[in-house]
Amino acid sequence: MSAVTFDHVSRHFGAVKAVDGVNLDIAEGEFFAMLGPSGSGKTTCLRLIAGFERPTAGNIRIFGDPVQNLPPYKRNVNTVFQDYALFPHLNVIDNVAYGLMIAGQGKRQRHAAAEEALELVRLSGYGTRKPSELSGGQRQRVALARALVNKPRVLLLDEPLGALDLRLREQMQEELKSLQRQLRITFVFVTHDQGEALSMADRVAVFDHGQIIQTGTPEDIYFRPEVPFVADFVGSSNVLPEALVARLTGESRPASIRPERLKLAAEGALRARVTGLSFLGLATRVSLEAGDTRLTCLLPQDAARPAEGEEVALVWEPGDLHMMKAGA
Amino acid sequence: MSMARTGSLPPREHGAGIGTWISDVLWRHPAVLIVLLLLPPALWLGIIYLGSLFALLVQSFFSIDHFTGLIRYEFTLDTYAQLFRPSNFDIILRTVTMAICVSLASAAISFPIAYFAARYARGAWRAVFYLGIMMPLWSSYLVKIYAWKLILAKEGILTWALQGLHLEWLLDAFLALPVIGGNSLSVSTTGTFIVFVYVWLPFMVLPIQAALERVPTSMLEASGDLGARPGQTFRHVLLPLALPGVIAGSIFTFSLTLGDYIIPQIIGTSRLFIGQAVYQHQGIAGNIPLAAAFAVVPILIMGVYLWIAKRMGAFDAL
Repeated sequence: MSAVTFDHVSRHFGAVKAVDGVNLDIAEGEFFAMLGPSGSGKTTCLRLIAGFERPTAGNIRIFGDPVQNLPPYKRNVNTVFQDYALFPHLNVIDNVAYGLMIAGQGKRQRHAAAEEALELVRLSGYGTRKPSELSGGQRQRVALARALVNKPRVLLLDEPLGALDLRLREQMQEELKSLQRQLRITFVFVTHDQGEALSMADRVAVFDHGQIIQTGTPEDIYFRPEVPFVADFVGSSNVLPEALVARLTGESRPASIRPERLKLAAEGALRARVTGLSFLGLATRVSLEAGDTRLTCLLPQDAARPAEGEEVALVWEPGDLHMMKAGA
Repeated sequence: MSMARTGSLPPREHGAGIGTWISDVLWRHPAVLIVLLLLPPALWLGIIYLGSLFALLVQSFFSIDHFTGLIRYEFTLDTYAQLFRPSNFDIILRTVTMAICVSLASAAISFPIAYFAARYARGAWRAVFYLGIMMPLWSSYLVKIYAWKLILAKEGILTWALQGLHLEWLLDAFLALPVIGGNSLSVSTTGTFIVFVYVWLPFMVLPIQAALERVPTSMLEASGDLGARPGQTFRHVLLPLALPGVIAGSIFTFSLTLGDYIIPQIIGTSRLFIGQAVYQHQGIAGNIPLAAAFAVVPILIMGVYLWIAKRMGAFDAL
């Protein structure tokens, strides 16, 4: 069964089309990522599911029920906010138990449930602290526990890892993923970080200008982008323009190729000049210019490195050049 | 690229004037600067402000010789005991009750105004809001009070408007009530109350607005997201977070009402408020000790009030 369905949903703010005719189908139990640059409409989509925004057109269903006229407090979804939005005047346990308190549960019962939720996010024993006494990572977990304790059918996460440092972020990515498997709740996750989307999600929707450009598994998005925008945005793939592809293959369509699939050779159809080299540890990134097309190539550590300014030829396996939709 | 020359630059050329010398000294001894900056306010606060307060406090422990009318400079609690005489204690009770009512009403009226200003007013609307709130403060207090006297008087605009609406009986019924009623609104306790609320309102709106501006929208959304209806969000999130602002505003409305002697003089009954009692005792009766004792009452009440507010966690969200 579909957890969340968007049927031609739009949210316009005056002349600004924040969300413009989006169709979406999120399956139950799925870890779904909405990926896109800032201002692409992904957060507005999340707010439409939560009920903080109302669509100007279209229908939204949560588990089959139309919800566009339901206020947030009548929807069985919970949100982890980007700024966590913990209540500063309540301690951790009362923050987590807030939803249960509103639902009318007694103090002992709701505190027990909140303690359980805190255990789930590995924060047991922190109940009496104030949010201001916690680190960013701990606040994030409290926000997670506060949402999960209500046993929502859909959990919405708005850039929840954005404010954390790199190591904590990687750790939380794994924890979120295993939490989702353990609880079997549908997670809808908004992020502008393609690495995060690819590593955690079962499926990814790529947003741009209020529309979904492509939906698919991380592998689809990464290896088989349908349009140059996706290829460009998801992990800096090389985009070859139509004219260049026409010269190389005879087909007038744009194509993409991953930097790690490009190889340097003495002879080849595509010649380019090396404009820069940077050492990345595991590999060396080579920046190239073929005419006015900029390309990037990742060389394994043991490969021979060209010099800056050198003319080289680029080759690849036939299957690595991925053809995209024409005219996009 | 290479650095041709390292090492320190030659000292910059500058005049050896007295100004340079002073800034050099201050730069080398930051403590001197801090002392210089703090000295004037410390003197002001310590000597002129707290000093006169202390002098007042001392006065209240003296008493007046009722036979000669002179002050006896001996320590006594007699003057304070006089406060508990029914005639004096009535004044205190009346004033405190009025201050409480004025503070509650101001908070109730201010909250929606402040909420609108903090959450919805943008750009030009914001300027209009500030102008609307502040403008009454720019005109003379006395003029405003007399303006209200014209509004509330028996021949005033309010009576006239009610007559036009054939609702005069409503006003008459209200004025017939004991304690809060009277001959007309301008000589009733209700009139005093209305004018107090009007005059102190800006002091309540601005702190509440400042407190509400610090509440991020996401916090209200989070409450709704967790199932709270708007009323519940107000009670469990918005009000606790705005409470420091409400308390700050009520400190103004409460203490200003406790000490004012002009409004009840012009609008209201002949029954006294603390401020009027202080005025009469020190001016007409020459009983400075009793006037001082009366003046200590608002200070004590405010102290207790702040202590209770702190105990209730009003300042936790600051």
